[in-house]
Formats: sequence, structure tokens, C-alpha cells
Amino acid sequence: MLKIQNLRVQFQTRNGPVDAVRGIDLMLGRGETLGIVGESGSGKSVTAFSILQILDQGGRIVSGELNYSGVDLSNASERDLNDIRGREISMIFQNPRAALNPIRKVGHQIEDVLRHHAQATVQDARAKAIAALKEVQIKDAEARYHAYPFELSGGMCQRVVIALALACKPQLLIADEPTTGLDVTTQKTVMDLIQALAHERQMGVILITHDLGLAGQYCDRLVVMKDGAVVESGAPETLGRSATHAYTQRLVAATPHPGKTLHELVLGGTETPVPDQGDVLLSAQNVTKTYVGKSGPVHALKGVSFDLRQGGCLGLVGESGSGKSTVSSIIARLQDPTDGAILFEGASLLDTSAKKFARDPRRPQVQMVFQDATDSLNPRHSAAQSIAEPLRHLGNLTNIQRRDRVHELAEQVGLPSPLLTRLPHQLSEGQKARVGIARALAVSPKLLILDEPTAALDVSIQAIVLNLLATLRHQLNLTYLFVSHDLAVIQMLCDSVAVMRQGQIEEMGETSQVLNAPETAYTRSLIDAAPVPIM
Amino acid sequence: MTTEHAQNQSFAGHVGYVLRANPVTMLAFAMLGFLIICAIFGPSFVPFDPLASGDQILQPPSWAHWFGTDHLGRDVFSRVIVATRLDMAISIGAVALSFVAGSILGCAAGFWGGWWDAVISRGLDMIMAFPLFVLAMGIVAALGNTVENVIYATAVINTPFYARVVRAEVNIRREAGFVQAAKLAGNSDLRVVALHIFPNALPPMMVQVSLNMGWAVLNAAGLSFIGLGVRPPTPEWGIMVAEGANYIISGEWWLAVFPGLWLMFAVFTFNLLGDGLRDIVDPRQRR
Repeated sequence: MLKIQNLRVQFQTRNGPVDAVRGIDLMLGRGETLGIVGESGSGKSVTAFSILQILDQGGRIVSGELNYSGVDLSNASERDLNDIRGREISMIFQNPRAALNPIRKVGHQIEDVLRHHAQATVQDARAKAIAALKEVQIKDAEARYHAYPFELSGGMCQRVVIALALACKPQLLIADEPTTGLDVTTQKTVMDLIQALAHERQMGVILITHDLGLAGQYCDRLVVMKDGAVVESGAPETLGRSATHAYTQRLVAATPHPGKTLHELVLGGTETPVPDQGDVLLSAQNVTKTYVGKSGPVHALKGVSFDLRQGGCLGLVGESGSGKSTVSSIIARLQDPTDGAILFEGASLLDTSAKKFARDPRRPQVQMVFQDATDSLNPRHSAAQSIAEPLRHLGNLTNIQRRDRVHELAEQVGLPSPLLTRLPHQLSEGQKARVGIARALAVSPKLLILDEPTAALDVSIQAIVLNLLATLRHQLNLTYLFVSHDLAVIQMLCDSVAVMRQGQIEEMGETSQVLNAPETAYTRSLIDAAPVPIM
Repeated sequence: MTTEHAQNQSFAGHVGYVLRANPVTMLAFAMLGFLIICAIFGPSFVPFDPLASGDQILQPPSWAHWFGTDHLGRDVFSRVIVATRLDMAISIGAVALSFVAGSILGCAAGFWGGWWDAVISRGLDMIMAFPLFVLAMGIVAALGNTVENVIYATAVINTPFYARVVRAEVNIRREAGFVQAAKLAGNSDLRVVALHIFPNALPPMMVQVSLNMGWAVLNAAGLSFIGLGVRPPTPEWGIMVAEGANYIISGEWWLAVFPGLWLMFAVFTFNLLGDGLRDIVDPRQRR
């Protein structure tokens, strides 16, 4: 149905032309699901955009043939393309909220597409839009027809986007990272939905993802891309068992799944010893947080208690809105709890209010690594300035000592020192993550709070960062509070785990015990939702 | 030292790149350079004393008097060039004042929100509710007819624009990761706002500055046109246009047209500068 031959795409940049896609060949049959797997910058999204001819400005298809059911897409007129887009080939974008018009009711947005492609008339558009919503299993579709995007959850928005994309019954669906940013349970339902609809309509699907596990579970065939070229392709089982290309092998190894250990993620990795645990370092006792909402109080935390021993690592798992980030920011003393006690080495951390904690002598001892490395670095500060920032206020060092310390930290986290003068936008995601970790370690904290430090990273970089964290924990005898939604990651790094749900700890215990024999149904559903690749 | 040196170098290189990448920016900076040279050296190279009256009155443009002479026999060209310093001083002074005041108010409103935001924003709305030129007139009339008061009045009417830009930029970054990280690094709230959040508001502020410089020049000229602020015989573009306006009907067009063109040239220069200034202070434009 779709045939791409020797596709080359070039982007004009300040430093001259850059080849984003260098001659790839792809084939997709009717009803087939093809997974394009690769890391950010591998050219997988550019490939998808070239199929629909919606490349960003400066991007240009240099050569190659894009053939869709006999139509040459690269030479088609804008008029023909407009007919094809949406009706024949459709696309689901990464961020569902950004893909929907925020000031239009979702039902109207679906009607727009239907009427644009003459699939509905004024009289029956509404009924067809509701039918489209029903098809993506939105409950109470008549009421949701009138909803604005902001009134819907992330998963619901993605369903609406899918309904939009499928409203005109396209033959080919391109899904660009459709579940990034969604919780695991939502991810599972969304992917199951796409799979079921594709099956029912005999629709071709191109799934673009960096998650090899996800692609392996839902695709008939996988294509692995690196630096704009296809390095390997084949059925998921074959790739998983006997990948021939070194890059694919590294990708397969880096994909976490239950039962894997941390050092297995990187090829030739060695096991890092787990530090011995000492006395209780941090003790949270019945911590509650209540916000004043427009319609009454919002209970973000309803009494959370846990102990964390010196040298231990506690994983906090939960879906978005479960309160896990609130816990971490309260422990990091960025905000005050409404009630409860937090003891650090036996003394209350709450003696100093969050506002004044910057001057507290214990400020250096509790540090944090943030979720989004890009967001957590000041865009105007170089890597060295960012790392030196805590030393400037909390360390008592001369300029020369501080510079040496920055270099020492950079070495510790594996950041080449020539990169220290660079600004954040000149660094890769993995390098930015390292800067964030180096900054948190700068003042030698005892407790490090890690708030989804690898959520925004590619799997292979995640593997390296996780191993780095394990090594640092051993070398510096650190205690970790690790917040994540990914059970597979928690399982490898943490020795105990607390499952959070709706502001409460649902289940807590040793990691192996909780994961192998969960006591609550919720924990079980979290474990089941994680993609388990056949590889 | 070495890293700082490297950064300076890359900053100079970056400015060079911004200028080379956009011919309009290059032109705008060349025009600004010309205005600055006029402001600094103008009084020493003009052919005639701008205040000395002569016997050749109301002469049309000629080789000796490029822009002609006025009703007192003064050389219009010399007066236009000499006036650059005063007009630039007023506009730069006014913009600098409103930049500082607007930044402080906007930071307070954007970062602390709540009462701060309510009081500051409503106060600024009140200023905006006046016809701004009439407000400036009122301020100068009330405070006294001096150049300083023209600067203060121009600063007051421009402050809300800066405050609004800063407030919005600070507000969207208040919860950003790097702000929380700065708090963890032991920065007090004040330092976080001043050193971490505010500098990130500079790129849009630079566009505002360039637009405002133009307005400030126009505003100062407008005030002196109606007889407030700068007083004759001081050369100033607004006064010259006002004085020359009386002679347009009788055919002596050069009295009003040349100062008017010069004023237009200055405003145009400042408005063209915006994009270039923004690109220079935006680190993301660097490679």
C-alpha cells in the first residue's frame, strides 16, 4: 500500500544543510502494523512528516519516491494532498492537548474534519461525530461531544485525537509517539484501542516510538532507525532474539522489563554493589497536603508515612495525580505540608518553613534531580554555571576551588569537560540529565530525591543514567527517594517500593515482594499494564 | 578566566552573526550608530552655531544652508543635528526609567501574585486607562515645565507596557524546573526572581524597548510641540516642527519638514532595532 524508496530529507540550518533522513526504504501492506523505532534525532518523525508532506520550514525532500496506492506523494499537488491527508492517510501526534484546538468543543472539531472531506452533511455531522467518539470507547459520548479539551484527561484527549484521525476512515494511520506522557494503564488502553480499530478496518498503521518494548508488543514488523538510516528490520521476535546490528542489540538490552537487572541494560555492564543500610535517615509521618480549590478543598495527600534508611532507595510509584510529586517536593522542602511530621536524622525538617529553608543548614543535605532536564536548567546559564550554582550559595569555596569541584563533578557524572561552557540548548538530553545530577550532587547531599529523572530520556540513555545513579549511590553512600511511574525501572534500582494512589500509599514493602506478589488489585493492574515484550 | 574569555568571544561572534544574518538589523544598527555619532559629536562639527541668528532669514535649502534657514536666520541643519543629543537623552532616560520601574513592578506582580499582583496590575490599568499623551501633559504641567519632568512623565506612561511583559514572562516561569532548582541551591526568593527568572524575560523586553524608544522620542517632541518641556530657543525637533508649522502656508516648507523627517528617521531606526536586539540577548539563538 505504501512504498518508500531511497527517501532523503535535508534541513537547512545555520551550520549548513543537515541530512535528517539518508536514503531509507519502507514497505507497508494493507492491515499491517509497522513500528519505526529509534531515538530522538534518528529521523523517524521526519520520515512520517515526509509521507504527509508536512515538513517544517527548511526541510526538503531531496530525492526518493513516496508511493501511496499508486499516487506519487512527493509530486502530488497541494490540492490532491489535502484530499489525501485525513481521508486516506491520517496522523496522531505526540501531545494530544497540543493537537486539539483548545477553544473548540471536541465534537465540533470532529465535525470539521468530516465536513471538510465531505463525509458528512450539516444534518448528520453531529450524529456521525458522536458515533466517532463512541468508536474510540468514550463513555457518555453525547455529553463529551460538548466538552472542551481542557475538561478531559490526557488519555481522553488522545482518544479524541484518535477519533479525529479515524473519522474519515483512512487506510493508513501514522501514530507518532501516541502514548508518550500518558500513564502506563492509559497507554495500554490507548494502544489496545488503536490495535483493535486497525484490525477491524484492515488499516495500515505506522507506529513511531522510542520504546522498543511497546513497539514489540503491538507491531507485526519493526524497523530500527539510527542517524536517518534504517539499521535493521524484521519481526519483533527475531529482532529481540537475534539482532545482528550492534545498535539494535544495545537498544534491546537497554529496554527494561521485569526480571532484568540494572547492569544488563548496558552491554558489558558490571554489577554495582548495593550499599549497606544504616539507621533511619528520613521519616515521613502522616504527611497531608490540602489545597484550597474553587469547589472545596482538594486533598492531594491524605496521610503518607514511610521510613527511609541511610543508604536505601525507596521507589514511589503511581499515576499522574497520585500525589507522588507532591511528596517529593514537600520532602525537598519546596513546599510545606498541611499537617504531619518529617524527621531527618531524628530532627524535624518542618521547623524551618519552605520559604526560609534556603538558609537552613540542612539545605545542602537534601537535594533533588528534576523530571525534565531541559526545563530544570536555566536557558541562560552554561553547564558549569548550573553545576556551580549550589556551591555558590551553600558551599564555602574560593573561585578556584569551585571551578575544580565543578570539573570533579563533571567527571563523576561522565560529562566531558569541554561541554561545560555550553548552554543547555547546545547539549543533548542525556548530557542535560548529567548536568542536573551533577548539580544535585555538588553540595554532597545525604538524601537525593529523584523525580522521574529518566522519564524524558531515550531508553539507551536511560540505561546509562540509571547505571550512573546506582554507581553514585554506592560510591557516595547516598540515600535515594526515587519517584517514577515505571515499575520496571523501580524494580531494578530500588530495594523498597511504595505504590501511591489518590494521595495515599496503597501498598509498601520490599520491591521483589510487592512486584511478585502484589496484595492490592491496583498494584496488580499497574504491573499488568506495563508492556512485556516478547524479547 | 578561560571560560569567561571563551564566552565573551562567542558573544561577540554571536552579535556578528545576528548582524550578518539579517541585513535589516545591520542597517538598523548602522542608522543607530549614525544617530549616536550625531548626538556625541554633532555640536562640534555643525557648520553654524545653532543659536546664533543671522541676517539671511527664511532662505530655502542651498549649498551653504543644506536645510535652509529659519525666521531668525538660524541654520536649520545645524539645529536639527544638535537637537539629536537632547532628544536621544530624553528618550533613553525615559525608557531606562520605565524599564527599571516596569521590571520591578512586573517581577513582584508575576512572582508573588495574589495581593501584589492585584494591587500592581490594577494600578497599571489605571494609568493605561488615561489617554497617555494627555496624562504626560498633565504630569509635566503639574510638576513644572522642565526637561527632567518630561523624562519622568514619559517614563510613567511607558511603565505599564514593561510591567505587563515582565509580569507575563515571570509568571510562566514561576514554577519552572530551573526555578525550583535555584531554590534548592540556596537562593532566596528575591535572588531567584532577579537572577534566574528576570534575565529570561529579556528577549521580549528588548522588542518592547525598541518600540518604546520610538514612542518616547515622539512623546518628547509632541510635548515640546505644544509648548511643554523644552523651551525655545533650545534646538529640539518638536519645537522646530511647531515653529516651522506656521510658515508652511507661506511656502517655507523646509522649517518643519527637515526636523520632521529627522524625527521620523530616529523613530524608524528604533523600531527596526527590535528584532536584532532580541536575537542578541536570546541565548537560544547561539550555536
